[in-house]
Amino acid sequence: MRLRLPRLLLGLTCLLIAVWLVAPTLVVIPMSFADKKSLAFPPTGFSLQWYENFFTNPQWFGSLVTSAKVAVMVALVATVIGTMAAIGIERMKSRTGGLIRAVLITPMIVPGVVLAVGVYAVYLDTQLVGTWAGYVLAHTLLAIPFVVIAVGANLAVFDARLETAAASLGASRLKTFFTITLPLILPGILSGALFAFVTSFDEVIVSLFITSPQLKTLPVQIFSSMTRDADPTVAAVGSLIFMATSLIIGLGLIFGTRRRGA
Amino acid sequence: MASDTARPPWRGPFLLTLPALAVLLLVMAVPLGVIVLRSFTDPAPGVGNYVWFFDTPVNLTVLARTFKISFWVTLCCVVVAYPYAFAMSVAGPRLRLLLILCVLVPFWVSGVVRTLAWVILLQDSGVINKGLVWLGFDKVKLIRTQLGVTIGMTQVLLPFMIMPLYAVMRGIDLRLLQAARSLGAHPVKTFFQIYLPLSLPGVFAGATIVFILALGFYITPLLLGGPQSTMLSTLIQQQVLSLLNWGRGGAMGVVLLVATFGFLAVASPFMRQKYKISGGGR
Repeated sequence: MRLRLPRLLLGLTCLLIAVWLVAPTLVVIPMSFADKKSLAFPPTGFSLQWYENFFTNPQWFGSLVTSAKVAVMVALVATVIGTMAAIGIERMKSRTGGLIRAVLITPMIVPGVVLAVGVYAVYLDTQLVGTWAGYVLAHTLLAIPFVVIAVGANLAVFDARLETAAASLGASRLKTFFTITLPLILPGILSGALFAFVTSFDEVIVSLFITSPQLKTLPVQIFSSMTRDADPTVAAVGSLIFMATSLIIGLGLIFGTRRRGA
Repeated sequence: MASDTARPPWRGPFLLTLPALAVLLLVMAVPLGVIVLRSFTDPAPGVGNYVWFFDTPVNLTVLARTFKISFWVTLCCVVVAYPYAFAMSVAGPRLRLLLILCVLVPFWVSGVVRTLAWVILLQDSGVINKGLVWLGFDKVKLIRTQLGVTIGMTQVLLPFMIMPLYAVMRGIDLRLLQAARSLGAHPVKTFFQIYLPLSLPGVFAGATIVFILALGFYITPLLLGGPQSTMLSTLIQQQVLSLLNWGRGGAMGVVLLVATFGFLAVASPFMRQKYKISGGGR
C-alpha cells in the first residue's frame, strides 16, 4: 500500500501530541511523594507528608471544603437559571433568541482580569468581597454559558412534536414539562451541571480578586502557595484533582458510549 | 377539566431568560460599566488615562507582546491540532475514545495545576533541563522567557483548537477525496484543493477562540513568565491591586476588551462562511 508511510507518520505525530497533552500534568504525581520541601525534579525519597498536610492543615482542607460548597451551589443555581434560559431561547426561534444566546455566552469571552477588576470594584462597594454570595454570584456568571450551550445542544435535537402530542392529550404545561421535556433533555442538563461545577471548582482569576483570608477557595490557595514557596502540597492536591478528574471522565465516556451503543 | 385546545399564546420564553440576563447584568455589565467609567473619570475626567497608556513605551511594548505571543500560540495550536483532529475524525471508535480522552483530561484538570506542572518541567533545574544536560547539551533558559510562556499556553489552549476542528472534520465526506483520487488527482493536490478548504471553518473557529483566550491569559504568563514576558493582564492587575490606580488599570482593561471584541467582530464572518470546492479555477 502506498498509504502506509503517511499513516505511520500521522500515528507517530498523534502519539507525540497525546503524550504532550497528558504527560506534563502527570509530573505532579511523583513530586507529591517528595520527602523534602522542594519542587526540584526528580524528587528524593518517599513520604506521604504532603497528603497528610493537605488533609490536616485547615488552610488547605478548609479551602477544599469552601470550593466544594461554592461549586455545588453554583451547579444548582447556574443549572436552573441556564436551563430556563436555554428553553426560553429555543422557544423564541427568532432573532431575539439568537441575540440573547450570544449575550449569555459573552462571559466566556470577556478577558478574565478585566472582569475580575470590575467585579472587585463592585464587590468593594457592596461588601461582597470574601463572601459566599460573592463567590457563588461570580462563578454562576461564568458557568451560565456552559449550561446554555449544553442544554441548548440537547434541545436542538429534541422533537417538539412530543410536547404537542402531550398537550393534545390533555396534559397541562407543567405536567408536559416534567413528564416529557425534562426526562428527554436530562443528559444535557446533567452535563451542564457538571460543567458548572467544574467551572466554579477551577475558577481562579476572579476568585483571586474577591478572596479574603477568612474565605478562600482551593485554586486561590494553590496559587498563593505556588507564588510563596516551593511546597509539594500543591503537587499532592494536583495529583488528587488529576486522578479524580480522569476517573469521572473515564467513567462518563465509557457509560456514555455504552448507552448510545445499546 | 377545562378544555385547553384554545390556550392563549404563551409569553414565557422571554421571561425564562430573565434570571440569566439579570445575573449577567449584575455581575458582568455593571462591573464592566464601572471599569469604563473609571477609565474616563479617575483621577480626573477626560481621556488622560488613555493618553498615558499610548504615551508610555512600556505599555505599547507589552501590548505588542501580548498580540505577538497570542499569535504564536494560535499558530502553534493550529499546526499541532490539525493532524490530531484529522486522526480523531478518521480513527475507529476505540482509538477515537482514547484520543478524545487525551484531550479532555488536561482540559478538565484545573489550569492552575497544569501551570504548576509546567513550572516543574521548565524550571532551571527542571525535567527538560535535566534531560538536556543528561544528553550532553547545555541548559536552556525556559522559565521566565517568552518561549516558556508560549509552550505552556499552547498546551493549555490546545483543546479549544482541537474540539471545533474535530467537529468540522467529522462532517467532511471522505468519499470526496476518493473521488478526487480516482479522477487522477495527486494526494497533495487533493488535500489542498478539497480537504483543506472544507476544514477551514473549523480552523477559523478554533483559531479565533484560542487567540481571544490567549489575549486575556493571566495565570500561565504570570507563573511561567518573567519581566520580559509580561502580558497585558498582569499589567492591569498591577495597576489596580499594587498601585491602586483604577483609572489607568481601567483604561488598560478597556483596551484589552476592545481588542478582544474587535478581533471577534472581524473574525466571526470567516467562521460561518461555507467553503465551496473550487473547480480548478483557483
